Amino acid sequence: MNTTSQQSPSVVEVSVSGAPRRGPASRLVSRLGSGTLQTALTLVALFWMVPIIGLLLVSLRSEADNTNSGWWTVLLKPTEFTLDNYRTLVDNDVLVQSFLNTVYISVPSTLLVVGIGALAAYALVWMDFPGRDWIMVAVVGLLVLPIQAALIPISQLYGALGIFGSITGAILFHVAFGLPFAVFLLRNFFVNIPRDLLEAARMDGAGEWRIFRKVVLPVARPALASLAVFQFLWVWNDMLVALVFTSPDSAPLTVALRSQLRQFGTNIDVLASGAFLSMLVPLLVFFAFQRHFVQGVFAGSGK
Amino acid sequence: MTTTNDPKAADGATRGAGTPPGNPRSGPPDGSRPGWRRLFGPATLFLLPALLFLGVFLAYPAVYSVVRSFFDASGSQFVGLDNYARMFTDDRTLTAIRNTGIWVLVAPALVTGLGLVFAVLTERVRWATAFRVLLFMPMAISLFASGIIFRLVYDENPDRGVVNAAVVTVHDTFASPSEYPGARPRGEELAPDTTRGGFTTTRGYEPGETATLPLVGIRPTDVPEQAVQAADPEPVGDTIEGVVWLDVALGGEAGVIEDGENGMPRMTVDALQDGQTVASTTSGDDGRFTLTGLEPGEYEVHLAADNFTEPFRGLTWLGPTLITPVIISSWVWIMTGFAITFIAAGLAAIPRDALEAARVDGATEWQVFRKVTIPLLGPLLLVVFVTLMINVLKIFDLVFVIAPGSVQSEAGVIALQMWQVSFGAGGNQGLGSALVVLLLVLVLPIMYFNIRRFRRERS
Repeated sequence: MNTTSQQSPSVVEVSVSGAPRRGPASRLVSRLGSGTLQTALTLVALFWMVPIIGLLLVSLRSEADNTNSGWWTVLLKPTEFTLDNYRTLVDNDVLVQSFLNTVYISVPSTLLVVGIGALAAYALVWMDFPGRDWIMVAVVGLLVLPIQAALIPISQLYGALGIFGSITGAILFHVAFGLPFAVFLLRNFFVNIPRDLLEAARMDGAGEWRIFRKVVLPVARPALASLAVFQFLWVWNDMLVALVFTSPDSAPLTVALRSQLRQFGTNIDVLASGAFLSMLVPLLVFFAFQRHFVQGVFAGSGK
Repeated sequence: MTTTNDPKAADGATRGAGTPPGNPRSGPPDGSRPGWRRLFGPATLFLLPALLFLGVFLAYPAVYSVVRSFFDASGSQFVGLDNYARMFTDDRTLTAIRNTGIWVLVAPALVTGLGLVFAVLTERVRWATAFRVLLFMPMAISLFASGIIFRLVYDENPDRGVVNAAVVTVHDTFASPSEYPGARPRGEELAPDTTRGGFTTTRGYEPGETATLPLVGIRPTDVPEQAVQAADPEPVGDTIEGVVWLDVALGGEAGVIEDGENGMPRMTVDALQDGQTVASTTSGDDGRFTLTGLEPGEYEVHLAADNFTEPFRGLTWLGPTLITPVIISSWVWIMTGFAITFIAAGLAAIPRDALEAARVDGATEWQVFRKVTIPLLGPLLLVVFVTLMINVLKIFDLVFVIAPGSVQSEAGVIALQMWQVSFGAGGNQGLGSALVVLLLVLVLPIMYFNIRRFRRERS
């Protein structure tokens, strides 16, 4: 570090004159190199997309066609394309209900996590009370607690409360395990809100609740959006929690499709179209709120 | 009304300032009972829901699991360390522990490495963002869907799984597939060769003799197109002449060449003496072959094994041997985008001065990377690595979906095994809790690392 900073005065001068010093040969080499790099990265990107494209094309062919030849052959025989698999899916009441269940579970748990997490983060950043630091340390510690730890105790608790197998049970569980991340992410955002904003509101006689609602929440909208997107996808994509805590009536799409896994080869039509349908919402959310999602992932690099 | 608004000020002052009259959520506005207010002030109200959730769903279960792990399946009988003893003797659980070890050692390092490489490479292209978004996308979809995707990718059938399709194509370009899979001798002339595969004659031939070798077991239509009517070999002085043909004419006699029986072209034929191959040739379109350059003596005629090998159908990716690497590869597909984006953000934050200075000093790009970039990036790489490690310990859905039922036990990991032990057939929640404790022990160092990092960043 020291050596580099000592060099810095000469940097500007040399780097300006540095470029022309390179001969045409080295420039050609670097251009060729860049061409190779571009090609290589393009290939990698395509390679990364092949699995998803494969699933999509399989879901658009009949089961018979999928048994006879690879999905890639459909590109030469576009007549094989069909929406039949999706039609079957939509006509399947169990799967439609499970799709709705996925919505019923993910939307409330997202809203609750954002609300409860924001309240807690506000208190942890802008209020002073004994044990505040310890609560924050506990939150950071709980960030990495595996979900498995709670499966047995909570299933017993739910049994006693009579909410085992209900959508409510799944929601509450998701809210709890979303909270450490929510508090952590929002706290990191709240500490950077300029203190003047809050002080001005306090001078005007606003209470904590009012400051929270009228000052902090509007300012924190990007962080809240990141959290919401992240939490929504987390719950939408869950299988483990639903596997334990939902019943056939309240099961989300992932669990409903899981029963088809046993006969993977013959159920590929349902599985491929079902999996693609379950991906559709996350993909839309991802591309619509891509920036928020990425930020959310980074803010909570512990989860 | 006080004017102390610093949230870090003494709590009494802040609380006084933060509790104006008329606030429905706060305690009585007079502030005359500090003890009561201390417990039920706005801070408590703001925190209460979160603390309730964290206490009931996270803290209590963690403690409960430790206690529960000392009790038997029904939870009524204290069994001491029995569950732990069982955990380390039960085959299936041991496999799960071993697999988790492989995962933790291999997967995070692999993804961090790939992430670093791609983050550095994409820095030099203009569409870096597009590339990173594309590779990030798998993180948005469920592990269940990713599992289906990769179960399909690695399907054993080369007509369904794209990996095996590619493997078979590559294999068949370099090693042409055999002509006669499933063919077998008719009559007593030939017998299966147990040492070198293929078939060897049951008696010896001397130069000047002829060998007629009838085969059956494949359809006449499966013989290569250039095949023509088989012909009897003519004896010649110092060579062994012979014929291999498909002896299948209807009503024909075994071991006799009849009309309509074609030769088997391109068959590799060897002459053996004392177990050594001394001459080799290939049959012609009429099935005839000539083994030349033979000293006087007795030779066995051998039809090489690669004439008969079954067509290559790719590898059984989803079988017991390859299943864990296969699932790791699907996880790499999911997580690499995360590592790239994370590391790229770190790269962008490295001061240009430091890099330029090193270049001015005459360092090559590789030296700059190793001596400047890597040390500056070190702490960030560690964070990426640790984050990935936590993720690995929680792997559940991927194994559950990708591993077919018959190999689930070979592919198992602790997180999956815990669920199966506790909620599967014959559920044993005592053993399940012991597995949870094992997971907790594995997570503990990471917890410590995160808390230390958090405290350091804050101070």
